[in-house]
Amino acid sequence: MATALSSPTSRIGDPLSRVDGRLKTTGLANYAADFPVEGLTYGVVVSAAITKGRITAIDATAARAAPGVIEIVTHENRPDVVDKDKVWQDMVAPKGSPFRPLGDAEIRFAQQPVALVVADTFEAARHAATLVDIRYEAASHVTDLTEAEAGAYNPKGDGTYSPEKSRSDLANPLGNTKAHVEKVYQEAAHRVSGRYTLAPEHHNPMELFASTAIWKPDGSLFIHDKTQGAQNSATYLAGIFGLKPEQVHVVAPFMGGGFGVGLRPQYQLFLAAIAAKMIERPVKVVMTRQQMFSHQYRPNVIYDIAIAADQAGRLQAIRSDCVGATSRFETFAENIVDWCARGYRCDNIALDYRVAPVDTYTPGSMRAPGAATALNLFEIAMDELAYEVGIDPLELRLVNYTSKDEISGQPFTSKALDKAYAEGAERFGWSKRVHAPRAMTDGRELVGWGMATGVWETLFQAHAVRARLRPDGVLEVATASADIGTGTYTIMTQIASEEMGMPVDRIDAQLGDSTLPKAPVEGGSWGAASIGNALVLACTALKAKLLKAARKIDDSPLANAAIEQVEFVGGQIRVKNDPARAIDLTDLVTTEGGPIEVEETGSPKMLEAAKKARNTHQAVFVEVKVDEQLGQIRVTRVVTAVAAGRIINPKTARSQILGGVVMGIGMALHEETMMDHRLGRFMNHNLAEYHVPAHADIADIDVIFVDEPDHEVNPLGIKGLGEIGIVGTAAAVANAIFHATGVRVRDLPITSDRLL
Amino acid sequence: MNRFAYARPATIADAAQLLARPGAKAIAGGTNIVDLMKEGAETPDLLVDLRRLPLHDIRETDGGGLSLGALVPNADTAYDERVSERFPLLAHAILAGASAQLRNAATNGGNLNQRTRCYYFYDTATPCNKRAPGSGCGAIGGVNRIHAVLGTSEQCIATHPSDMCVALAALDARVKVHGPDGERVIDFGDYHRLPGDDPSKDNTLAAGEIVTAIDLDAFDCGHNWTYLKLRDRLSYAFALVSVAIALRIDGDTIVEARIALGGVAHKPWRVVEAEALLAGKAPDDALFATVADRILAGARGHGDNDFKVELARRVIVRALGQAVAGTPQTIADKRIA
Repeated sequence: MATALSSPTSRIGDPLSRVDGRLKTTGLANYAADFPVEGLTYGVVVSAAITKGRITAIDATAARAAPGVIEIVTHENRPDVVDKDKVWQDMVAPKGSPFRPLGDAEIRFAQQPVALVVADTFEAARHAATLVDIRYEAASHVTDLTEAEAGAYNPKGDGTYSPEKSRSDLANPLGNTKAHVEKVYQEAAHRVSGRYTLAPEHHNPMELFASTAIWKPDGSLFIHDKTQGAQNSATYLAGIFGLKPEQVHVVAPFMGGGFGVGLRPQYQLFLAAIAAKMIERPVKVVMTRQQMFSHQYRPNVIYDIAIAADQAGRLQAIRSDCVGATSRFETFAENIVDWCARGYRCDNIALDYRVAPVDTYTPGSMRAPGAATALNLFEIAMDELAYEVGIDPLELRLVNYTSKDEISGQPFTSKALDKAYAEGAERFGWSKRVHAPRAMTDGRELVGWGMATGVWETLFQAHAVRARLRPDGVLEVATASADIGTGTYTIMTQIASEEMGMPVDRIDAQLGDSTLPKAPVEGGSWGAASIGNALVLACTALKAKLLKAARKIDDSPLANAAIEQVEFVGGQIRVKNDPARAIDLTDLVTTEGGPIEVEETGSPKMLEAAKKARNTHQAVFVEVKVDEQLGQIRVTRVVTAVAAGRIINPKTARSQILGGVVMGIGMALHEETMMDHRLGRFMNHNLAEYHVPAHADIADIDVIFVDEPDHEVNPLGIKGLGEIGIVGTAAAVANAIFHATGVRVRDLPITSDRLL
Repeated sequence: MNRFAYARPATIADAAQLLARPGAKAIAGGTNIVDLMKEGAETPDLLVDLRRLPLHDIRETDGGGLSLGALVPNADTAYDERVSERFPLLAHAILAGASAQLRNAATNGGNLNQRTRCYYFYDTATPCNKRAPGSGCGAIGGVNRIHAVLGTSEQCIATHPSDMCVALAALDARVKVHGPDGERVIDFGDYHRLPGDDPSKDNTLAAGEIVTAIDLDAFDCGHNWTYLKLRDRLSYAFALVSVAIALRIDGDTIVEARIALGGVAHKPWRVVEAEALLAGKAPDDALFATVADRILAGARGHGDNDFKVELARRVIVRALGQAVAGTPQTIADKRIA
């Protein structure tokens, strides 16, 4: 039976609209909390009222007596689970002893979950949660990083920090050169040094964390979770509950934003599972928006930067010394201090990175973790240096341009940052910029133009992908990764369509299910490259298998055809130079009497040029208009030129960069979780007072993808786009504000009061 | 289930009677009370839904004034032609606040009676004299970027968050209320109160009293008005400082000035003595600065919000310039004239 072609095929490079767009815009896409479940009960988390100390007593009498209440789960009555650190460490856990929800009486951070109230209805559970009477014995806490800094330690535990690999040609080996670097710094013609800070930020995806846990009669566990890694959630729960990995099935087909906060399992997942086990009914737990401020955040940092240059602006010395927040029970470390030393040519480098424990939950990865912090601060210092030297900020970057990773010494598989600088500057009109601050005005407003550089890694992770041609003629392509809103379903569809010559509507891309072929968490911008290349392997293998089957058919028109002699077009296999000799793929599978499938794994081993550096870059140019008297800052124009290899889908790619740039503007001007250090509590824990940009804050954003063919980074030449849009953008805004006003602000966000 | 009673009276008298009960709270648009209940900051035993009351109209009054029904949505008020023509200051102030969705739901009476957005008021794990009298003020010495610099007490430094009310204060509105003892009219300046020793009370409404209407007398200020609002992002944020100004100008002389500030106190802030400094004078930046200083006499920051004093001074001067020039701040263009 031939299937009529009702939609065109797609190719890499097409601006295909999101294949899940209709589901999302019509409400048919089920997010974690949306799935209807028979016999469902509702769990509401009770959050600790103190920041540190112990629970001395829990009186749940009133709560238990409330109508509809089924169970109050606390550390006192929960069933035993495996308590080893090893099982609580999820796939991406940092070093340490992970937090166990309802593990014991100890309170380690504000809003720590201390009880779960389960009831027949959400309303009953929420009300009863207010009736649980918990007594505490408070202990003193430290949440202020400036206070905690004294206790900062090297996350590697060896007392000094050094990058993974050091360049051998450096006059002074990295990591042991502080005195020398200081000497060079002091003797240099131009110097900039200072303390730069970034406020704590919370990810705040629109979708709240939610999990529904259903224990099956056979002892297995089925979960709806909000996660960037269904298999991570599954193995985490399997370990904790002493199950075999295949006994836990986690589904998470859609995600209303992640930004890294969904990399690690959050506490609602365990709470739903333990409660469901206790009451032997399905339990759904959804966090409140306030509780979204009770776990991971982008750690605030104190970053001391000193840079020196010669008369021409060539970097002579870099000191990059950062302290970031971590929790007391885990060591969350980010690559912050390396970025500047990798990206610019400089022979005298001293890097030091420490983490300081504070009494919060463990910070975590948030969009471009490390790089966004590092370069959005360091690139402010570079702008200062440009003014110190007296050259154009873009010129300073060009003077220090490098074609190799300056720490590893490795050349790049490709680096079209020079093109990005040129094309971005051209589109922005950078050459018309007046160098002096406060020199450009528009009516009453001061106009500022600033720029900065962004860098992110091109990562590649092992992914298994299954390609299965079903008897209904639909091609399934599947891996256990996730589409966190970036367009993974869409690009998988495109790549499969191109490889198999199948129309888009006959391709069913599947993600977000722990039973699908093995994949890590979806993060780090590695999804497109890793999944895409593995998918090509799978399609290649499937084509071979299909041809083999086709050749076996009686009187097959392809009887003697070799794989090089055939092509897959329009849902058929046909002989290239004799297209009349063809077999319809649906007919083939029907004849076979079942699906034909393959599974292939793409791994970093498939990459050539292992000894090369792999990065994405952006050159971002920003215009601000500042009402100096009133401190009002408007970002009126952004041009960003992105060098990220081959672009699979310019439409979803542009959206990714737009999102990153908007988040960068938020980092520059708005985002800050404000801590009351007396209480050890984040106070603006809602979206009315935790500000992200509104539409009015965002004007024209022009995204350019510069041509960057890369045959070495991976077979498809894909680099990934999830993070790069935020890296450097906040610095470009800060630098534009300086150019407009002459006021240099080294602390992000730059709220209006900083200009008054 | 949080068991509270719910009533939807059909008459004002019935509503007043219900609201006189202890633990009773009113609901209309529900844009604030529902949030407060979710967070445990309000725990009413009885929720009195006012939406069936006959307070849904904007009526003409003598001399070109208007009476704004308490249940008219903020959006319908702002877009009412009579309001936008006669009281553009009010229309603009309303539209400077919240979001389109919230303005569609929120009512005029509710706007007056909305509660502070102080972080500590909403977080029941923290001290707050307004929510839990006697527990202390978390904001003093705490995170207080959005807090008051005028009229504060040792008990409370919360602000009233409304934009609409700032314009109403400048326009000398009157609040009509109906209570167990019948109707009374409260001058707008007397409606909200300062925290003093009892921050739990936001206003002077007595138990059982319902706001029925907001009355406005005609005030012809031509184009000599403005509503200028400064906030932490360009839309959808409460005011750090806002100012509503309406001037009557004759030739080169200011005849009458009305100036109200938002975001700086527990109520819209007016200082009639400062306004009087402008009467009979020609506009002049130095004079504006003197007026601003007079309005801000005694203003004091609490740490994070120290900047508000200077910001308010500058906003007043700028806004007076806008009003004198007859170039009111537009909402669509975020550039400040």
